[in-house]
Amino acid sequence: MHDMSAPAAHHHAPPTSFIRKHVFSLDHKVIGKQYYALALVAALCGMVLSWLMRIHLGWTNVAIPGLQLLSKNGAPGGVMTPEYYLQLMTMHGTIMVFFVLTTAPFAAFGNFFLPIQVGAEDMPFPRINMSSFWVTFLAFVVLMSAFFVGDGPTLGGWTQYAPLNSVGAAAGPGQGLGVVLWMTSIALFCVGQLLGALNFITTTLDLRVKGMSLMRLPLTAWAWFITSCMGLTAFAVLMPACILVILDHVAGTSFFVPSNSVINDQVLPHSGGSTLLWQHLFWFFGHPEVYIAIIPGIGIVSHILITNMRKPMLSQRVLVASMGALAVLSYMVYGHHMFVSGMNPVSALAFSFPTLVITIPATIIVLIQVFSLYGSKLRINSASLFALGFISMFVSGGVTGFFLAQPSIDIMLHATYFVVGHFHMVMGVAAMFGIFAATYFWFPKMAGRMMNETLGKIHFWLSFVGTYCIFMPFHYLGIAGNIRRYSSFPDDFLQPLIPVHRWITVAALITGAAQLIFLYNLIHSRFWGKPAPDNPWEATSLEWSTATPPPGDNFGGKHPVVYHDPYQYGVQSSVGDYLMQTSPEQVKTEHEEK
Amino acid sequence: MAKFFAITIVVIAILSAIPILRHTWVAPEDISTHGHMIDEQMSETMVEAGISFLAAQLILALFIWQFSNRGSDAKIKSFPGGARALVMAALLLVGAEVLALGVFGVKAWANVYLTPPSANAMPIQVQAGQFAFYFRYPGPDGKLGPIHPELINEGAQDFYGLDLEHDPDSRDDIVTAEMAIPVNKEVHLLMHAKDVGHSFFVRELRVQQDFVPGLDVSLHFTATKVGKYEIVCTQLCGLGHYNMKAYLEVLSPQDFDDWLKKQQAMQ
Repeated sequence: MHDMSAPAAHHHAPPTSFIRKHVFSLDHKVIGKQYYALALVAALCGMVLSWLMRIHLGWTNVAIPGLQLLSKNGAPGGVMTPEYYLQLMTMHGTIMVFFVLTTAPFAAFGNFFLPIQVGAEDMPFPRINMSSFWVTFLAFVVLMSAFFVGDGPTLGGWTQYAPLNSVGAAAGPGQGLGVVLWMTSIALFCVGQLLGALNFITTTLDLRVKGMSLMRLPLTAWAWFITSCMGLTAFAVLMPACILVILDHVAGTSFFVPSNSVINDQVLPHSGGSTLLWQHLFWFFGHPEVYIAIIPGIGIVSHILITNMRKPMLSQRVLVASMGALAVLSYMVYGHHMFVSGMNPVSALAFSFPTLVITIPATIIVLIQVFSLYGSKLRINSASLFALGFISMFVSGGVTGFFLAQPSIDIMLHATYFVVGHFHMVMGVAAMFGIFAATYFWFPKMAGRMMNETLGKIHFWLSFVGTYCIFMPFHYLGIAGNIRRYSSFPDDFLQPLIPVHRWITVAALITGAAQLIFLYNLIHSRFWGKPAPDNPWEATSLEWSTATPPPGDNFGGKHPVVYHDPYQYGVQSSVGDYLMQTSPEQVKTEHEEK
Repeated sequence: MAKFFAITIVVIAILSAIPILRHTWVAPEDISTHGHMIDEQMSETMVEAGISFLAAQLILALFIWQFSNRGSDAKIKSFPGGARALVMAALLLVGAEVLALGVFGVKAWANVYLTPPSANAMPIQVQAGQFAFYFRYPGPDGKLGPIHPELINEGAQDFYGLDLEHDPDSRDDIVTAEMAIPVNKEVHLLMHAKDVGHSFFVRELRVQQDFVPGLDVSLHFTATKVGKYEIVCTQLCGLGHYNMKAYLEVLSPQDFDDWLKKQQAMQ
């Protein structure tokens, strides 16, 4: 049995009531599962919205049965109006970026596994942790409520540019109450993330057990730590920006509306605001947000690949440093979203250079991951397939960043489907592949049961091929000048591109349907899956050294002691080709990092 | 399964590259004096990004093919150069690429944005509002009269709020719903937003610029080919965004003079 130090003093008693156990739980593992469930519901909503949008883009005047039930005015007779398309698009982007890509890889898996991976029995502030989830849940409810009140959700896109976001209902459906609900939701979401980041940072810095030095942290723990540091600064900027927009709506202020704006022949009662101020505040959050979505994926994929390669990455330190470099540089590049915004053109050059430079740490990460496969004994399973798929997607989405980093090329590609293809691959699908890999890998520990591997592989194949069928053509459309955020393509120039849109729609419907296989597998395995052993993947980090599922205090009343780096694979130990972090056994290793 | 996966990656990488290599979907023909620099920059970037894309996918596929599901007696090896070689490769190759793109890319950008319009560039104002563009030519006096937002009355076809009674500069201004310019003559476009954010995008001219409410911005360009081209809005501006467009007619100098006179007569 692995060595344990003195008994741990668990700082909250085991729950006894149903409410404390399953609803307002203080246990980081339950909170992690709650975040996962929220992300799952959000992802399903976001996916259905994307289906509706894609059907409309392929066949603009087709009636979608039942859509009129969601909005009588937005889809009379089931045919989507242009404004309703924009409302659904806004909700799709918002739900996916905030409630799926931020929530699942960071808040869900991070909550469940960070304390276990550092050897702690919980987060340091369990009540704050519980609050962070319920505030996030409330944010989701407020966001979705916009479908059912007033004239529906805002149509301003997930970036909510000013002054469309501030001039009120006169600017279009959803621009009054819809915007206020959106801003309230996102401000609440920011609060949830800030509370979460506080716990993640303190857990990593203060609750590591004996022997767990910083460089002995698994790459996932490093990724969550770096992400939480980013969250603390990025969400702290977005939250006040949202509050200022709410004030422009309800308190007569003019933070984002300039003087002399005219709508319906009426001069608006605003003056002195700055429209570009919103863009600066939003993108100061928005670009780090891209890395908040993807860095946990980088950590997760590295962690999973190492386990399945049976050897460590070529350099743990270089990977950690590269993730850190991505985080720091992400604040210096945000202006590349604003090259043609009217910002000073010299600033564009200042933002372009770090944007090009950020490809260096990103390239290093990919090279380390790919070349670590060399000489490995790669095990192919659902988790490793999705992890390898992540690398492929990250590369495909990443190389198109070269184009968008250059202001001169951005003149042609800005606001086209090229941008949509780029960010869907590099932060959308890549992050989703990270989430799927994490689910197949950690489900046994989280649920105590194994997932069905055959269904997992079918899910992977359909998702991998389907994703390329959807998003590669986005780039071709963008090169041809197809503008994004159009509900249909009445422009003469765009007419010949409609067959490409129809191809994408069919691919999106099939790929989306494949996600139902995942959902079935998840639910079926949760109740009827094969019982999971404690360490099904023969892995080394602390989450695999405790029982499956872990007890309330994670390690059964003891603090584990850590003796090794996190990834002792390819060794000859008493248990096989690996050595757990908690094992006092000493073996010869050829993989010591210089 | 691993080998099949490796083959799939290779097939997808090659199929993805074919439309690019065959120019199946390309940007429309450039009709500007500066556009060739953007197009050249785009081509160079495509070569570099394309090589990076194919190389990374093929190496990934190769390693999956070669190193998956090896027997238990297979020996674990490390890539000979180790992490240091990879970091050096990334710093040198990507660093050089970054520097090249960064330095050469400045030229095209500077030509559009950091060089002032020539003194004899023809001023034209464009106002964007939900969901139409209106263009204003200064008339024989060469001056545009001031805009009075409170006087804007679209029902009465007064899109700019011009005070013809008190502003002599406004009296000969020509306001149109379509834009015409003479070929091979530099245009200085003065951009004004009436309500929310919009954008001015003419693919063939290789220009795209947002309208910023509260901030008048400008562009300058020279069209080199007679023809009719679409001007579209690329900044989400509300429910009619997808349908916000106008046409740009590039005319011979004589045709342009005739067009302007005709528009003046219609004011």
